[in-house]
Amino acid sequence: MTTLTTTALAATAAQTIGPYWHLIEDPAMADLTRFGANGEVITLIGTITDGDGAPASDACVEIWQSSPAADDKFPGYGRCAPDATGTFRFTTVKPGPVPGRGNTQQAPHIAINLFGRGIMTRLYTRAYFEGDPLNATDPLLGLIDEPARRATLIARPEGANIWRLDIRIQGDNETVFIEI
Amino acid sequence: MNDIIGFRPPAPGSQPDNNTPAYGSTRARHPLRPLLAFPHTITEATGPAFSPTHFPPHTDLSVMNGKLAQGERIIVRGRITDEDGRPVPNTMVEIWQANAAGRYFHPLDTHDAPLDPNFKGDGRVFTDADGWYQYTSIKPGAYPWRNHKNAWRPNHIHYSFFGPGFATRLITQMYFPGDPLLAFDPVFKGVPDEAARNRLIANFDLDVTQPEHALGYRFDVVLRGRAATPMGI
Repeated sequence: MTTLTTTALAATAAQTIGPYWHLIEDPAMADLTRFGANGEVITLIGTITDGDGAPASDACVEIWQSSPAADDKFPGYGRCAPDATGTFRFTTVKPGPVPGRGNTQQAPHIAINLFGRGIMTRLYTRAYFEGDPLNATDPLLGLIDEPARRATLIARPEGANIWRLDIRIQGDNETVFIEI
Repeated sequence: MNDIIGFRPPAPGSQPDNNTPAYGSTRARHPLRPLLAFPHTITEATGPAFSPTHFPPHTDLSVMNGKLAQGERIIVRGRITDEDGRPVPNTMVEIWQANAAGRYFHPLDTHDAPLDPNFKGDGRVFTDADGWYQYTSIKPGAYPWRNHKNAWRPNHIHYSFFGPGFATRLITQMYFPGDPLLAFDPVFKGVPDEAARNRLIANFDLDVTQPEHALGYRFDVVLRGRAATPMGI
């Protein structure tokens, strides 16, 4: 048993990413296939709007996901700066199902972090895929009773291999955000 | 049975509320509905690993193309641990900041202060095996931001941390000791707990200071620790 010498402290406080985070932006990070990942290549696209209906064009969108099979050419992580209309666009591979707690299974999904000016910490949500039979038994989707609320987490096909998940930060059709 | 262990929830008062009325931009950018409570799964308990091969370190922001940036040169050194005091090794740290005059190298920054041709303001470092990181930069200037009458952001450096899981992801800002603007800053003051807030302020450190070269600051960071109970139980 290792003795810890540092006094344990609560995790450091978050602060907003602010409007100038693009200094660390690398557009290549929005393409998770850039190292040659295997799998069905898809585009995940979505428009982010705030409580006034304005596009959150200065936000920072991050994704984290599994690959369909173990793949050391797949980084799992992507980051994207939305365009002037608040629209983000990732090139990635469609994930497979992953284990849940206990003996449960989770439907294929992509984890999404949203940072931005006016967001003090982060907003966390997920993108599932419309039509996937595992959605019906997914442990997270099963916690959301209202179909309209559940639909905010389900990306819809928009052309060949293009999936759209719009994110509404506040108000009508507000996205379900998840504790993390 | 899946025995991955999640991360513990934030300590009360240690994190700002996304609804912070004194910071005007939060008004339309915080959810009105409660967050969905959902215990961490493999999705939240794992996270990306970054290789310096694909993400080359950039540890000296004070020089560009062999030319020195304007301003007070500083060295920032610190250790990243989790909430149990265990070091977080080999994790990527990203930094970005305004120049010495308080101007970002960014098209949206229209503050009437000069750009510095020898300063861009982005950096990337990795912690060593014992959780230590260090970089060299210049002290950023304060700048106005129109949040309220005569609003000025205190001197600060932005940070991005990853740690071992998507749940440990942290974006924050480091401040400087003795800054009179801290008392008026709604972003800094948005952290409810005073002790947690004050841990965002770096300490001047004579041991990090290098003679005839640069002032030294120490900024330690704590990322969330693992929960005590495996998720499968």
